[in-house]
Parts: sequence; structure tokens; C-alpha cells
Amino acid sequence: MSETVKFTIDGKECIGKKGQYIVDAAAENGVYIPVLCHMKDVIPAGSCRVCTVKANGRNMAACTSPVEEGMSIENNTAELLDIRKAIVEMLFVEGNHFCPACEKSGNCDLQALGYKYQMMVPRFPYVFERRNIDATTPKIFLERNRCIFCKRCVRMIKDAEGRSIFAFKGRGETLEINIDHKLAANMTDEMAQLAMDICPVGAILRKEVGFNEAIGTRKYDKKVIGSDIENNHQ
Amino acid sequence: MKEKISRIVENFGNDAARLMDILSEVQSEYGCVSCEAVSAIAENLHISEVDVIQTRSFYHFFTEEQVGKYAVYLNNSVVSCMNGMSDVADEFQKQLGVKFGQKTADGLVSLHYTACIGMSDQEPAAIINDVVFTSLTRNKVAKLVADMRAGKAVNDMVTEFGDGNNANPIVRSMVKNNIMKTGPVVLDAYEVGLGLSKALGMDSKAVIKEVLDSGLRGRGGAGFPTGMKWEFCSREAGDHYVMCNADEGEPGTFKDRVLLTERASMVFEGMAIGAYAIGAKEGVLYLRREYKYMKALLENVLTEMRSENLLGNNILGKGFNFDIRVQFGAGAYVCGEESALIESAEGKRGEPRNRPPFPAQKGYKGKPTIVNNVETFCAAARILDRGAAWHKAIGTPESSGTKVLSISGDCNAPGVYELPWGMSISEMLTMVGASDVQAVQVAGPSGICLPPAQFDRKIALEDLPTGGSMIVIGNKRDLLKDVVLNFMEFFADESCGSCVTCRSFNMILKNSIEKVVEGHGITKDIDDMSAWSEILRKTTRCGLGQTSSNPITTTIKNFRPLYDARVKNVEYQSDFDMSKAVVESCAVVGRSAEIHE
Repeated sequence: MSETVKFTIDGKECIGKKGQYIVDAAAENGVYIPVLCHMKDVIPAGSCRVCTVKANGRNMAACTSPVEEGMSIENNTAELLDIRKAIVEMLFVEGNHFCPACEKSGNCDLQALGYKYQMMVPRFPYVFERRNIDATTPKIFLERNRCIFCKRCVRMIKDAEGRSIFAFKGRGETLEINIDHKLAANMTDEMAQLAMDICPVGAILRKEVGFNEAIGTRKYDKKVIGSDIENNHQ
Repeated sequence: MKEKISRIVENFGNDAARLMDILSEVQSEYGCVSCEAVSAIAENLHISEVDVIQTRSFYHFFTEEQVGKYAVYLNNSVVSCMNGMSDVADEFQKQLGVKFGQKTADGLVSLHYTACIGMSDQEPAAIINDVVFTSLTRNKVAKLVADMRAGKAVNDMVTEFGDGNNANPIVRSMVKNNIMKTGPVVLDAYEVGLGLSKALGMDSKAVIKEVLDSGLRGRGGAGFPTGMKWEFCSREAGDHYVMCNADEGEPGTFKDRVLLTERASMVFEGMAIGAYAIGAKEGVLYLRREYKYMKALLENVLTEMRSENLLGNNILGKGFNFDIRVQFGAGAYVCGEESALIESAEGKRGEPRNRPPFPAQKGYKGKPTIVNNVETFCAAARILDRGAAWHKAIGTPESSGTKVLSISGDCNAPGVYELPWGMSISEMLTMVGASDVQAVQVAGPSGICLPPAQFDRKIALEDLPTGGSMIVIGNKRDLLKDVVLNFMEFFADESCGSCVTCRSFNMILKNSIEKVVEGHGITKDIDDMSAWSEILRKTTRCGLGQTSSNPITTTIKNFRPLYDARVKNVEYQSDFDMSKAVVESCAVVGRSAEIHE
């Protein structure tokens, strides 16, 4: 039996399990903390930083920090909301995102957060990075213009022997997501679909299947991202 | 090629955790780690090719393209530039007819820039096939190029030798120690084994207490109490490891270079003491690739210590077993962060880990590990010999002992100085013969840019903490262009990219300071840079992102007039530069890119 811990988020009293990450414990208590890289039950990357909270006065990523007994967590403060909005804006300028032409529009977590935070114009200058598209594997397109380096595919998509199909290449300004051509050649449709589904943006797209779901009927077309978590616990 | 690579991989036990060593050997053998080589390595290790590529592409001394038979890596750090790097670069390009980033048509020489190589006291300096050439001038470059054309072995191109162990026949390096001042803890006369034999006569808990009582704090810059780190680690169950962080990559630091050259046995002795304290049998010295020229020396010292029974089995007859291996990096600043260093030593990209868990709980190979700086281990060896009280009496109440400083830049006597903590910056400047000083960059780019009004502040963990880098910047320098922009280019390149905020904001901030330097900035850009730096600082996991905006924020704070003089106080100014935007197309049609004002 796991030990329970009591903590607060913006004053609200919450209960979680010892060792549980703040973001997951918060969700169980009906508090939404936005994420782009995190997925429940997957080893966290802590890469997108959009889940940054202030716990006991210190900024930390809610997806990599466990809850502790008596922890006082700030979540929806003006300061943190502005930081999150800034990160979303930053992601829009550092990559090349054209929502109207994107297959993932409406199913895209980044776009949904843009709406949630009512982003109008990014405060940062566009970087206009030149990024290449890799369409050489049979099942998927790797659309690097939209990649936000969340590492979900790196962490979750492996071949039958546990080898990586996706990995980072380079560092700093030259960082990009890379795909293993040999292993990707053997990807099944199911793996390709999973890769596309876990990608929070439109960087991984299945070939030969497009716009299966009509625009207007997609996940975030009618509901604000995170509202399911918040509504579950009203 | 396939067979040769199979052998290399086999020499490292077909172990993917030794990927750094495998890549390093392949790079030396073929001048690159080509697609074909990646394929062979992946096959032998039974991992995917992208996993080989992710490590190869992280370190700048591993290349996909074949480098020249002579690969020239010229340091373009701030201090190198101050000392005439551009002339040296120009001469290389003129002599060879190719630019940096290119290779001569015959494949003989390739030219590359690299970040600080730990030679700030003798810049401009370059590394050619692991051999260091210092204090370069146009004439020396001409000579080097002639030697390379004549096919001389790189070692034979070195004609003068440095002092101390640099002149040792197994090193034969032209690097100079430049030890300007010795202090009681590290650089005083030293006899190997005294501290270790005392430690082995004590209970391991008593050793930790001795280090705790001495007040020793990490010498890498963060200043965490060493004894406390050892204490935490010793409480954990299972195998333990000791790692020495010899990745000194903070631009302007070079003291570990000197300590490893002259006090290698002291470093290893300190590691053995740490191992005894926490209960470790294995140690790793993680050494930056730039210091590969010391490899034979360090291995020789290890062999000697084994023969003196200071390492190996049943050390000094006390039933304690411990040995050390040297692990080379391959060019990545962020590996100086302890968890990134561990990742790298395990053959991976040097990406800092999330914490908790801390390395003391889960470090190298997932086991409890202490990672300490070169100088920290030296100090620990001395402390066990002379006692905690002796050490505690030196320095200030909160910073006991001494600090070995690497002082460079605009001063008469750059070099290594071991000083008790507590000296003021102005005393330091007098000591090194620096006048007409505009600023002192304390603790390197990740530290602070200090104005003359604050030169009475003290070098101590409670006032001005430093891992040792001190760069003196004279009044003749363009602080924003020569220093701040250079530092931001450095960070934008060295961010591992694992936190998107660090990757992007460093890039965005670099572009902003470039805009200001080029004269396109407006007042709002200064406020924006401050605000964006704050976001970066609050949203990254490791010290790199938390400090990488310091060159901008500390100069905005301390040298605001320099910014105001460069920006226009208007609401809006386009940062679009027509001339710059059409450079490429003008080059195609052979026209000048200077359109109009």
C-alpha cells in the first residue's frame, strides 16, 4: 500500500501518493497543470517546462518533481501563467507552425495551449529556422518544422527489441529529431499511428491517411485543453 | 572497415556504455564517424543507428564528415580573441586558401573553431590532432602550415616545451603552467600518500567528519559542502562510485589543467580517500578531450600509484580496494554539470538529468556516486594529512581554505594563483598587474560581469563565488560586442537542447544582443532581454540555463549606459536588414550586397 501525502495547490488541499509526480497528483485532485512533453506512466523528460510550478518557493517542473508532505504548490499565479504563455509563444517562434495547413489542427496540444492562454501575437521575434522534412520512411512523414523536442517519440516508440526508432541529433541550435531509417522501414501501421497520436504537435504524420477526422470535430475544437481534468472533480 | 570497427567495439567489451571511447577511437582512426561506421557500430552493439548518431552529434570533436589529416581546432573564446585570434585565423585561411569550417582540397588540413580549450593564459591557442599549440602568431602559423605541408608528425611540430611536467618526455608539450602563486592547500610541496594512509587508519565515518569539519566546499563553483555530499552518498546501499569532474569548460578556467599536470597523484589520492569514505571500489576521472595531451602522464601516474600500493587491491595493506580509469569527453561544455557528466561517461548525450534523484543517490550506472572537482579532491588529500582545524583556519569563516584562480585577459601576469578565500578584486588586480580595467568577469560567462565600483568585493562563496575563472577586461574592449555577444554565442551552441526553454531562449537572447551590437536595437529590447532572461532562469533544469543569461543581465545591471548608447529610444524600429537579407542572392549574381543606407 502506498503512503499518502497531503499538499496544497493554490491553497486547495490535495492528497496524493508518495513519490507521485506533482502533475499527476494534481490531475487526480482536479487541478490541471499544462504539459506538452509529459505522458502519464512514461518516464518523464522534463523538457518542455510548460508545467513549471512553484513548490515551496522554488520553480520546478511538475512532471519531474514528486509531491512531498506539506508541499505548498503555486500553479495558477499571474507569474506562472505568464511564463507558460511565454513558453507557448516561444515554441511558435522557434519552429515553423502553420496551423491552417496542419493535419493535427484541432488535435494539437500546442495549438490548444495557444488558445487556452489567448496568445495573439508572440512577444518574441520569429527565428525562421530552416528545418528539413524527412519523408523517406514508408509509414510516416517527419515534419521537423513543427517539432517541439518533447521526446515523447524518443521515449515511447521502440522496435520489438527495444531499440530506438527516434532520437535527438546535434545540440543547441543544431538540435533536431532524427529517425532510424532501417528500423522505421519495419514499422507497423499501429506503431505509426501510435507515434502520430503521442506527438503533441504535427511533427509525426502517417502517410496515406489524412484528415480522417473532420476539422471541427476534433479533440480541442469544442473543449479547452485541460477542461476534462478540471470538470471531473468539480 | 567493418572488421576493424568490430575489433574496436570488442575491445570495449561490446558495451554500449563505452560508446564515447568507441567513437573516439573510430574518429582517430578514420578522421570521422561516417554513416558506414555508425552502421557498423550500431550492428555490433545491437542498438539503433540513431542512438549512435545522437551521441556522436552531441560532441564537437566527433564529426560525420572526414576532417583533414591535420584537424586544426582554433579557440575562439573571449580571451583568445583579446589576444589576437582574428589575425591567427586570418593567417591560417590565407596560408591554406580555405575558410574555417572547410578542408583543403587535398584533404590535408581542415580548420575548425572551438570553445575555450583551457589555455586562456597563453592564447591564441589551437589543438591540432590532440597536440596543443599556444601563443600563436602569424609567423608561427606560417611555420605550422609549412610543417603540415611537409607531412611532419604533429608531435615533431612542437619545438619548445613548457615547464614542470609539460617538459616530461612522455608529455613533451609546449603548454606552460604559469603558476604565479602557490598556496598552502593545493600547490604547496606535496608528498603522495600521507593523507591516504591517515584516512585508512580511521573509520570511514571519521574521514567524512574530518572533511565536514574542515569546511571544504566544492571547488567547481557551486560551493556545496563536500563532506555533506559524501555523507549523503555513504548512507545509500549497494555499490558506490567516485567521479572526478575534470571537464573544466567554463571559458577562462585552466587551473585544473595545471593541477592535473603537477598534482595528478594528489587528485587520485583525494579520489581514493573519497572512495574509502563512501565505500566505493571504482573511480572515474572524466577528463575533457582538450586535455588529451596529458593522457600518457595521467596513466603513468596511475601505474606508479598502483606499484606503490596506493591504488589497486589491499591498498597500504588495509584491505581497501580501489582503482581509477580515465574517461575522455569529446567537446561539450554542459558535461561539466555533474549529472550530464555521468550520462556522458555512460556513453550517452551529455544531457543533465532531472532530479531527484541526485547523483549521491543514483549516479553512475544508477548507483550512488560522488562527483567532485579536481581541486576539491586535492584539498581533501591535504586536509586528511594536515587536519580539519588547520584547513578551517585558512580563508574566511564561510569559505575555508584556498581557491586556485585562473586569471587571464588584460593583465601583465596571467596564470594560476592559489589564494586564501577572501581577497578583494582590487587586491587581485594589483597582484596580476592590471590597470585601466573596465570590468572583471568573475566565474566565467555563467558568473557576473563586475564593474569597478564593486572591486572592493571579496572572492569568497559568501560574496563572489567562483570556480576559478577570472577574466580581466580592459577599457579598450567593446564589452557588449567582444564579451557579451561572444558568451551568448557560446551558450547558444553549448545548450544541450533538452529543455526547450534553454535551447530557444539562448538563441533568442543571442539574436537580441546581436541586434543591439549591430545598432538595430531600441530601448524596449533591453527590457525584453531582462524579462526573457528571467523566464529562462526560472524554467530550466540545470545550471547552464539558470546562468546562461548572466552575461546579459549582469551587464544591463552594471553597465547600462553601454546599452543606452547603442539603442534608439523609439517605439519601433525594424530589425530587418536589407543588405543582410540579400547577401546570398547577391553572391549568386556577383553583385555587392551593400544596397543603401
